Amino acid sequence: MTGLLIAALVVPALGALVVALLPNASDRGARIVATVFAAINLLVVLPLGLDRGHGRFWTETDHSWVPALNIEFHLGVDGVSYPLIVLTALLTLLCCAYTVWNVPEGGSGRTLAALLLVLEVGILGTFLALDLVLFFLFFEVVLLPMYAVIAGWGGEDRRPAARKFVLYTLFGSVLLLLGVLTVTVAAGTGDMGELAGGNGLSRSTQYAAFALFAVAFAVKAPLWPLHTWLPDAHTQAPTVGSVILAGVLLKMGTYGLIRIGVGVTPLGAHWAAPVLGILAAAAILAGALICLRQTELKRLIAYSSVGHMGFVLLGIATLTVTGLQAALLGNIAHGLITGLLFFLAGALKDRAHTGNLADLGGLRETAPRLAGLLGFAAIASLGLPGLAGFWGEAFAVVGSVERGGGLWTTLGVLAAVGGALTAAYFLRLLRKVSHGPAGPVVLKLSPAIAGPEWTAWAPLVVLVLAVGLVPALVLAATADPMQALTGVLR
Amino acid sequence: MSAQTIDQISLLPLYAAAGTAVLVLLADLLIGRRGAVYGSLVLGGLATVVCAIVVGGNRPGTFCLPGGGACSWVPSPLAMVAAVVFALLTIGVLALSIPSLRLGTAPVGEYCFLLASSMAGGVVIGYAGDLITLIVGLETLTLPLYVLVGLRRYAPGERVSTAPASASVTFLLISVVSTAIALLGAALNYAATGALHLDRLVPGSGVTAPVAAAGVGLMVVGFAFKVAAVPLHAWAPPTYEGAPLPIATYLSTASKLGGIVALAAIVSRLDADVVTAVLAVLTMTIGNLVALRQTRMVRLLAWSSIAQAGYILAALALGAAGVEAAAAYAVFFMVLEFLAFGVVTALRAPGADGGDILAYRGAGRRSPWLGAGMVLALAGLAGLPPGLAGLFAKVTVVDALIDQGWGWLAGVVALNAVIGLAYYVRVAANLYSAPPQVGIAVADPELLEAATHPPRKVTRPVVAALLGAAAVAVVLGFAPQILFGALT
Repeated sequence: MTGLLIAALVVPALGALVVALLPNASDRGARIVATVFAAINLLVVLPLGLDRGHGRFWTETDHSWVPALNIEFHLGVDGVSYPLIVLTALLTLLCCAYTVWNVPEGGSGRTLAALLLVLEVGILGTFLALDLVLFFLFFEVVLLPMYAVIAGWGGEDRRPAARKFVLYTLFGSVLLLLGVLTVTVAAGTGDMGELAGGNGLSRSTQYAAFALFAVAFAVKAPLWPLHTWLPDAHTQAPTVGSVILAGVLLKMGTYGLIRIGVGVTPLGAHWAAPVLGILAAAAILAGALICLRQTELKRLIAYSSVGHMGFVLLGIATLTVTGLQAALLGNIAHGLITGLLFFLAGALKDRAHTGNLADLGGLRETAPRLAGLLGFAAIASLGLPGLAGFWGEAFAVVGSVERGGGLWTTLGVLAAVGGALTAAYFLRLLRKVSHGPAGPVVLKLSPAIAGPEWTAWAPLVVLVLAVGLVPALVLAATADPMQALTGVLR
Repeated sequence: MSAQTIDQISLLPLYAAAGTAVLVLLADLLIGRRGAVYGSLVLGGLATVVCAIVVGGNRPGTFCLPGGGACSWVPSPLAMVAAVVFALLTIGVLALSIPSLRLGTAPVGEYCFLLASSMAGGVVIGYAGDLITLIVGLETLTLPLYVLVGLRRYAPGERVSTAPASASVTFLLISVVSTAIALLGAALNYAATGALHLDRLVPGSGVTAPVAAAGVGLMVVGFAFKVAAVPLHAWAPPTYEGAPLPIATYLSTASKLGGIVALAAIVSRLDADVVTAVLAVLTMTIGNLVALRQTRMVRLLAWSSIAQAGYILAALALGAAGVEAAAAYAVFFMVLEFLAFGVVTALRAPGADGGDILAYRGAGRRSPWLGAGMVLALAGLAGLPPGLAGLFAKVTVVDALIDQGWGWLAGVVALNAVIGLAYYVRVAANLYSAPPQVGIAVADPELLEAATHPPRKVTRPVVAALLGAAAVAVVLGFAPQILFGALT
């Protein structure tokens, strides 16, 4: 099993290298090779969930790497990271497969596919790392490839958007570096297992480190008011870029907050929880209110991510088992649903050549299947019970009320109001896009959904339903680690 | 006075480096073929590397005072690493120079001799055990460079430029002033404390304490000129811009390393943290901010290397505790900076200057390998993957700063890394930009682009130098422990 952990990083890295070195002539062939590597990697990560050993982590591997800097090559998987790892491998596969069929303008398709595989290395590494500095290294790996994806294959204003993305997120990650080194210097180790529960860290160190972690991860997640890079990046990014960005890249922030913020500096988390909670509630409300005014499809979905990640962060901020589990579930649900939404928005934009909501009315009449799928995704996103989006948001509110006290009850109520507003803007979206009279753009649009599109979307549709009906799929093995995380605070 | 016993073995690196210069001179005189001159410089450089590694970093010093201790020639891990880096950089710069030397832009024998002499000076700096040896080494490193910067022959009909000559004069004047300042500092310190040997350096006491402190400050300032620390940096951008590209490479790597090693010798023994920290903050911040506005390739790299020196100075502000981090950062930086300059050299015509950044538009699409090398170098300089070398450099310095309780300086370094990325990303993205729109409608802009920019053949020595630098960058990225091990 430990071999699989390393293989999960080696396979995509090797794939990227092979694809980049293939001769120029066989671009399509290279994209297929990339898809094969992504598929192999999905098969590599899936079995990690089979052997749920009795230790803290199901599987671990630990090698000394740079003793001078206290860096261990320490990887591991448990119930918290496993769903995210599978989601990453799945979305990368879907995006690579989508790229075989459709390459956005701007550059060669094989380079894009190779970059997707490099992104997978960075994201998987972040979820697998059990050493703080190693976590930081992988956290940085994704910056430039994502910049290249946006700047190379994006929309018209891609350069400024890509630059904003990369500078903003680098700002977050240098804060992470400061936080990580503050902890490793104080404790003399970067091993998350040894540091669990803030072992060996003084209260003031934990406060300082958590403040750095919180801002670092808040940029990545993103948490209002540090979210302003997200709408531009999403609007300009190519479809596959948006899917990866919303689907898993943002999760590096929330995962880091749970694993490192709460896990390594629990006293700091406890100290800053009210601030995080207030900001999270503000994010939910602000995201929803901004969405009500949006006129562009991708921008609306991007801002809706701000609101959804607000629910996730609220769940984390409650520091209760319910809240943290809601956050994990919300993470996965948002990855699936927003991935699907961005795929659909991309398909619409490819067909209609506009993302303007006013021009897209009447889709139901010309392209009923596309409109139906969009409706499904939108309803899942607004949190209809029975679909994936419901559990994370509802239980973030429950967790908040459970935590009790005036502040947290108020935050829970505000979040619930935000949830209602979410429903309002998604229904507005559906009214504008699906219903109403068909405009000239929509009348000309080709309604057929190509085979590769079905291939890319179907797994997401199925999983949205499955996670909605059986949330235990994600939560099965999270109770113990969450008890361990919150137990420290009692 | 009894005869001094001299440990000849520990002097081997110096013999090899100085012997290289003599060998190159003789090869040029007696054989007179370019190949022989190149060959003797490369062999001599490799011999220096081998000798430095054989001597290692743990031999006792030689040329010692009778009472024991206080030696003038002291092998240390830092000295060994610095000697290896100096020798390899010299070989690399020679490889980058070969295309333009073939065109006859400079006389081959003199060029190689000066390069070898400079290498010999660099090797001395690391091993120097007293201030006199240190400054003599530094001068031997720099002196040949005044000539090399201005050494440019023009073919008949070629447009003659005075830029190299004026760069040379700028460099000469500033360097002479800085050496005078450093010597004055050494003299003041000697007058106050009576110490010349590095291991006898002590803070001044009693009435002479201010004199000693002024001496330390002047020495730091004098050496800071060599590393182009702000506000003592103004000579660097015009000098780099005017110098031939390979020599600009040497200036921004080897020459800078000389200044760093010399500074390390002072700050690790005397208290100079305030002045070094101030220099560090100014250097990195101003270097990065000014680099943002640059439109010329070499000027941008010059300002970026100023900023990078700021990170090294930040580690040096910690005194002895920061020397290892500073040295590690310096080596990572040398490799990446050499790679960046090497790619620029490869993309330009032999003998040409660095040109405008916009002239590189689309170069990465036309030459994917060179583009990849440049991305590796620039990303590394920005402290980001794919090459992990730059990332480890950043981690090393910030780790050392936090470890010593200098969290605020670590914060300044971290924020500067963000500013730095803005221009590195601009240069890298420009390499992959689509061809510019031309006024008339063109059926296939790519074809037009290819026709107007014929691919330039990269000569074998340059390829070898670039591959070598890229390989070192990748290996150090995956196994940085090699470097950290060598430095301790």
